[in-house]
Order: sequence, then structure tokens, then C-alpha cells
Amino acid sequence: MDFTLPREVRLVRRSVREFAEETVAPLVERMEERDEFPAELVRAMGEIGVLGLITPPEHGGSNLGHLARMVAVEEVSRVSAAAGISLQVHHMATAALSDFGSDAQKQKYLPPLCRGDWLGTCAITEPTGGSDLLGMASTARPVADGYVLNGRKCFITNCHLSDAVVTVAKTGEGPKGISAFVVEKGTPGFSAGRHEHKLGLRGADTGELVFRDCRVPRENLLGNEGEGMAVALRTIGEVGRPGMAGTSLGILQACYDESVRFAKERTLYGRPIAQLQAIQWSVAEIFAELQASRWLCYHAAWLKDSGADCGVETTLAKMYTSEAAVKAAQKAIEIHGACGTMMEYAVQRLFRDAMVCVSAGGTTEIGKLVVARAALA
Amino acid sequence: MNIVVCMKPVPDPRRWGTLTLDARTMLLRREEVPAVINPLDRNAIEQAVAMRAGGTVTVLSMAPPDAEEQLAEALAMGCDRAILLSDSAFAGADSLATARALAAAIRRIGDVDLVFCGAYSLDGSTSQVGPQVAELLGVPDLTHVTALGLDGGTLRARSATEGGETLYECDLPAVVTFDKEVNVPRLPSMTGIMRAASAGVTRWTAADVGLAPAEAGLAGSPTQMQNTFTPAAARKGEMLEGSPARMAAALVEKLKGSRVIE
Ligand SMILES: Cc1cc2nc3c(=O)[nH]c(=O)nc-3n(C[C@H](O)[C@H](O)[C@@H](O)COP(=O)(O)OP(=O)(O)OC[C@H]3O[C@@H](n4cnc5c(N)ncnc54)[C@H](O)[C@@H]3O)c2cc1C
Ligand SMILES: Cc1cc2nc3c(=O)[nH]c(=O)nc-3n(C[C@H](O)[C@H](O)[C@H](O)COP(=O)(O)OP(=O)(O)OC[C@H]3O[C@@H](n4cnc5c(N)ncnc54)[C@H](O)[C@@H]3O)c2cc1C
Repeated sequence: MDFTLPREVRLVRRSVREFAEETVAPLVERMEERDEFPAELVRAMGEIGVLGLITPPEHGGSNLGHLARMVAVEEVSRVSAAAGISLQVHHMATAALSDFGSDAQKQKYLPPLCRGDWLGTCAITEPTGGSDLLGMASTARPVADGYVLNGRKCFITNCHLSDAVVTVAKTGEGPKGISAFVVEKGTPGFSAGRHEHKLGLRGADTGELVFRDCRVPRENLLGNEGEGMAVALRTIGEVGRPGMAGTSLGILQACYDESVRFAKERTLYGRPIAQLQAIQWSVAEIFAELQASRWLCYHAAWLKDSGADCGVETTLAKMYTSEAAVKAAQKAIEIHGACGTMMEYAVQRLFRDAMVCVSAGGTTEIGKLVVARAALA
Repeated sequence: MNIVVCMKPVPDPRRWGTLTLDARTMLLRREEVPAVINPLDRNAIEQAVAMRAGGTVTVLSMAPPDAEEQLAEALAMGCDRAILLSDSAFAGADSLATARALAAAIRRIGDVDLVFCGAYSLDGSTSQVGPQVAELLGVPDLTHVTALGLDGGTLRARSATEGGETLYECDLPAVVTFDKEVNVPRLPSMTGIMRAASAGVTRWTAADVGLAPAEAGLAGSPTQMQNTFTPAAARKGEMLEGSPARMAAALVEKLKGSRVIE
């Protein structure tokens, strides 16, 4: 057993960390204030290549794999979890296209999605409840040369900025009655609806997508008719959940960094509070959560890269890490005293961001259902 | 344009706070702090990759085996080939022995139009290696360059001097050392990292570049460090008193007396 990260992954970490500190960090204040995703960041992420991390080279990516992607999402999220979730949901679109797309679809969509000419998203959740996939109401009615989509998706990341949307709708009844499509921005009958304002992850574009008699040509069917459930489950389970795990991991790392820095700088009774045992315990607890989460995340991503079943491990990593980030952020705020509740300090943002990651990509309760099934098998 | 970039791994400046000195050997305990590409060597790599125009950029380092990590990063930034001079015979080299090894390797690479270096390293910081390599190769060298262009077969360079600039013209081949103003180095892209993974690093020993043991490392080094210490610097202050005009006049007299001004 060798826990050393491969050299490529170490290089990815170094490069993406620098990218996040130089390019993403200066945007954070504006993202918090305006709650808008900076469009220039899409192009910048395309240039450094993080948009194509899990796309094969023949379609414009680097295919460095899911562990490299985990580390990249972590490093971006350490600076801005809002940018992290935007990146990770974009990967859901590229993965669904790589895994289920026809050659023509891959050639058409993947290169611009990797370059950052286009942003992508994966729109599954509906007002009928994200946990209840089969309860979705959107329909895709077959017509001569394609389908007519009607329905509404909610809480969708990259909603207003996406150029290519992977989505699902009912073409029949039951699990075999769901089909997946790729819909382009500008298709008549397709529009972005409300822009949500969230507690945290401000600056990540979240909102509604609306299909109103939207005609989608047959060649935009992703996979076969009736395969939509497989597209959704695989993309959520093997890309979306580890992506949210990575986003939460970045928040956790930032909680740790901020706590250590503050504990060493803040002096009380003539010495840094890092010398108070109560503070040491809090830092130790954050560190323990960070390490436990990190190895759950890396192990899940490594499993995915090895081609093994990874759905339970990615769900476990997501569930554990997103809850750990909330606990760590609370501790980090406590270590900061009143400063921790001031908008000038990052920890208050980390807490808000961590809270939002708990439901995104599947709630803790749904996570427990998945894990319990495996644990009791 | 075939370009060789000399790259030195140095301790990560962000971690200098944790660097310590071995009390016995008076050397840095380098293993305690991760190494990074010497920052100015990133500028040299950027310049080479931008100027290569169909030629080959080779990144060359004389360093312990761990330097493969920094060489891989240089490949990810766009260098075509990486060579590591790694041999226990190279240990303890001063700047001349370093330059000798690099020059020998450059000769072995052959057909080189330009050699790029940083103007100085962050750790040793002698600024000697670039000019010494040029001398050993018998080619001109331009140092502390802040802008570089190629006009036909002529190199045009700009370098900053105190209160001004110097413009140079120079024939190829040549050695150029860069200051940080020359460009903004790119970060390794993900596709660069992918390509670097398959490129690999070539290792050469002293014998591979035709150096005898007596010419390499400590044995080939005319300078040998005896001791490292912080000199005790004592400052003397003197307070002038009186009105501003009187103090100014007294100050002028004192400065003239100590020949600081005429
Ligand atoms: C505290 C201390 C004191 C020292 N004192 C002396 C001394 O008095 N005299 C002496 O000769 N040496 C001395 N050395 C050793 C000397 O610094 C290095 O051994 C020498 O190899 C490189 O010199 P530099 O780092 O100053 O390089 P510089 O000349 O400052 O480096 C300029 C450029 O040369 C290239 N380069 C330098 N080293 C390498 C390399 N190994 N591989 C590839 N490219 C390289 C890089 O492009 C670099 O940017 C000292 C070292 C230390 C740590
Ligand atoms: C910031 C953000 C970004 C998002 N981005 C996207 C996106 O890009 N694409 C997309 O498709 N979706 C996205 N989502 C939606 C997300 O996937 C859903 O929020 C999530 O699946 C939960 O669905 P819900 O919010 O509708 O909660 P509901 O499904 O309504 O659940 C309500 C509560 O009931 C609990 N519950 C539900 N079922 C059970 C059960 N069987 N047993 C016990 N408890 C249960 C839940 O845990 C929860 O506490 C995003 C959400 C957020 C917050």
C-alpha cells in the first residue's frame, strides 16, 4: 500500500493552488457581494486546463483522472468553494458526455467545454424533490425528428451561464421511462429562470431551468431512450458526489489553515492562544476531521480511477466530508471569538459555504441510506 | 531555435521560516523543506518556450535525484526534454564546478543556439553560474536581461542598470540570464502535466558528459566554504541639536568631513 500521491497529481496540486491563489482569490469579494459567477473565470479555468481533467485527450482534455480532479476541486475550493462547485458540476456534464455520448456528441461538445469556450451543467433536481428522482415531472414527448421537453429544473449550478446542459425527463413510466438529453443554450423553448440567492456558495450561479415546448433534435438524446436513470445515477454517484466531497474538503482545509493562523497570531495573557489547551484541542479536532475526510475522498477517487465500483465510497466521502466541514467551520469560528463572526474574516464564509454543501449533491440522509444498504448487506 | 535552460531547485521560499542550518557542516538542511524551481529559472523557461519557434527546449539541472520533480514541472510548462546531471561526484560543487558540469552537458547536447539561466539563485545567489558557463563555452553572455528579442540572427536585449537601461546586440550562440521583469511565467497546464508524464527525465553522470572526477564536485571546486556566520554589525548614532538650519549646516560639515560629499 503506497499512500504517496502520483507525481502528476502533485503537479496538479501545485499548479491549481497557485492558480486559485492568483486568479480566483481576487474575485472572492466580488462574488460574495454581487452573488454572480465571474464569466472570465470560465475562460481562465479552460486555459489552465482544469475543465478537461476527466476528458480524454482526443476530445480536448488531459484525462489526468479522478484523483487529480479531486485534488483540483479541493484546491480551488480552499480559496472559493463557490468556484469549486461550479467546476465540479461542469465536470458532471463532461463526464456524462464522455460516458454516454455518441462520437458526434463528444466531438461537438467536449472540446469547447474543455477549452472554456463553453460552460456546462447537469440538471436533474426538480421542485418535486432532489431525493426522489423518480418523482420528477418533466416530460420529453417523442415527435418525428426528436423530442419536445416540458418541465422545470431547480437549484441548478452554472444555470444562467451554461452553454450545454445535460438533463433528464420522462419518456415513459418508472425507472426505464427516463431519458437523458443534451440541450444547448439558445434552443427555442429553453430558458434560465430565477437566480437563487443562497446562504453560502455565493457567487456560484444557482437557479432554475425552464423547458416550455422545447424541441430537441433526436441527435441530442444522450445514450439510448430509457437510459436516463443510468446517466443520472452514474453521473451523480461517481462524479457529482465526489465533486461535492472535494468542495467540502477544500472548505475543511481552509478552516484548518485559518484556525492555525489565527491561533498563532492572537495573543491573550501575553502569549498566543495556540498555547491554550482548549484551543489546541479544537485545532486537533479540525485536523482529525481533515485527515479522515481527505483519505475518504482520495480513496473514493482512486477507486473510481481503478475502474472498481465506487458508489458507496464516493457517497461516504461526500456525506462524511460535508458534515465534517460544518463542524470544523463552527470550531474555526469559535477559535476566532467575535472576529469569527465578522464579515472581514474568511471563517464566517466557510461556515455558510459548508452548510450549503450538505444538501448539494445528495443530502446526508440519502447518503446514509446508500451507506446503510452496503453496511448491512 | 534550440535552447537549453539551466534550472536549479531551491528550498521553497514560502517555507524558509522552517529552514535550519546543520551546526556541524554549516549547510542548509535542504531535506526539511520542499524544493521548487528557482523563481528566475521559471522566467527563463517561459522565455525559452515562447522563443523556441519549432526548435527544442531542453531543461538541464545538476542536482540530487529528487530534482526529477522540478524537471517534470519544467516539462509541464512546455520544455521538450529534461536532463538531470546526477552523480555523487557532483556533490559539493562551487559555482565554477557547477558551471563546468553544465557546460560539458551543453556540449554533449550539441547544436544549441541559446542557453538561458536565472540571473541568480534564491539560495546560493552568486550570479556566477551563467557567465561562467558562457566563458567555458566561449560564447558571449548577457546578464540581468529584462527584455529579449530576436531580429534575424541577432539577439537584442535590454537590461536594467542603476538609473537607466543598457541595450545590447549580440550574435548567436549566447548565454542569457534573466531578471523577473522579463515576463510572467505560465503555470503548468493540465495538458502540460499530461505530456510531462510521458516525456520522462534523462540522467547523465559525470562520465556521461566527459568529466573526470577531479573536475567535478568538491574536488573540482577552487572555493571551499570554511564557515558561515552572521557578522556582528554595530551601528553608531549621533544626535544633532539646535534649530533646523543649524542642524543642516552641522550635518553638511560632518558629511564633508567623512568625505561622503565633496
Ligand atoms: C551559504 C552558501 C555559501 C556559498 N558560497 C560559495 C562561494 O563562496 N563560492 C562558490 O563558488 N560557491 C558558493 N556556494 C555554492 C554555490 O552557491 C552553488 O554551489 C553553485 O552551484 C550555484 O551557484 P548559485 O546558486 O549562486 O547560482 P547562481 O549563479 O546565482 O545561479 C544563476 C543561475 O544559474 C543556473 N544554475 C545554478 N546552479 C545550477 C544547477 N545546479 N543546475 C542547473 N542550473 C544551475 C540557474 O539558471 C540559476 O538561476 C555557496 C552556497 C551556499 C549555500
Ligand atoms: C448549491 C446547490 C447546488 C445544486 N446544484 C445542482 C445541480 O447542478 N444539478 C442538480 O440536479 N441539482 C443540484 N442541486 C440540488 C441537490 O441535488 C438537491 O438539493 C438534493 O438532491 C436534495 O434535494 P432537495 O433539496 O429537493 O431536498 P428534498 O429531496 O426535498 O429533501 C428534503 C429533506 O428530506 C430528507 N429526505 C428525503 N428523502 C428521504 C428519505 N428517503 N429518508 C430520510 N430522509 C429523506 C432529505 O434528506 C432532506 O432533509 C443543488 C443544490 C444546492 C444546494
